Amino acid sequence: MRWILVAVIVLATTLGEVLQAIGMKRHGEIHDFRPDALGRVVSTLVRCRYILAAIAAMAVSFFAFMALLSITELSFAVPVTAASYIFETVLAKYLLKEHVGWKRWMGVLLVAGGVTLLSF
Amino acid sequence: MTSSTRTLQFKTRILTAVVVLSNVLGNSLLSRGMRSVGVLLSLSPLPYVQALFNPWVAVGVSLLIVWLLSHMALLSWADLSYVLPMTAVAYVLVAVVGRLFLHEQVSLVRWAGITLIMLGVILVGRTSPRTTLSQPAAEKDSRVEVKTALRSMSGSQHSEARP
Repeated sequence: MRWILVAVIVLATTLGEVLQAIGMKRHGEIHDFRPDALGRVVSTLVRCRYILAAIAAMAVSFFAFMALLSITELSFAVPVTAASYIFETVLAKYLLKEHVGWKRWMGVLLVAGGVTLLSF
Repeated sequence: MTSSTRTLQFKTRILTAVVVLSNVLGNSLLSRGMRSVGVLLSLSPLPYVQALFNPWVAVGVSLLIVWLLSHMALLSWADLSYVLPMTAVAYVLVAVVGRLFLHEQVSLVRWAGITLIMLGVILVGRTSPRTTLSQPAAEKDSRVEVKTALRSMSGSQHSEARP
């Protein structure tokens, strides 16, 4: 059961974060952090399809994570989701056309490796 | 470093800190709350909604909403392949908080994991937060192109357009 939940979490997180990145890049850079300006940003974002799909995916991932936390420890639940780092970086390079140089690849691999070690 | 790159770096660092802190605090409170809620394995939404009435869960979820919004704001200018490893500082913080405040034992393997994460974060922190062109930058670039084209058309200042 726990591994089914892990698979659901990894897939939904990857999908959710990539969709979030696409939606936010289409929205454009946020400059103004005053509450009323942020309110306007939120009201624009709730009409963006990418953001809505991202929130749906994040919600699936969140509830699956809550279910996983109820049957396992946080120290198991957090590290196993590290697999999404690799998937997301690959998608960032090929789908979002980000420049992923050696520093970023090494960085992501070190982070994913480190997160895996934390579960021991 | 131009002032706009410095502003971008500053803004990115501050928001990364907000993302990390709200994530760590939110997840810790949620974890604490779920322990008193009990096993939650249901496809019906009702038990999940009931869990939200637990105060630990409620505050945890509120902080996770702050996390979601700040994460989205950060992604409005920064690369996903930058944000992803940078926010991994959260794992290090969880371990340090566990060691300092909950007096948990941190094994040698876990310290090794923490070291790897910090090395990864330092490496990625040395890259520019944004590698794709944003809208205003793209506009500026096209203006430069127009100016260069006009200049080469005028002929007299042709040499300036050469690199």
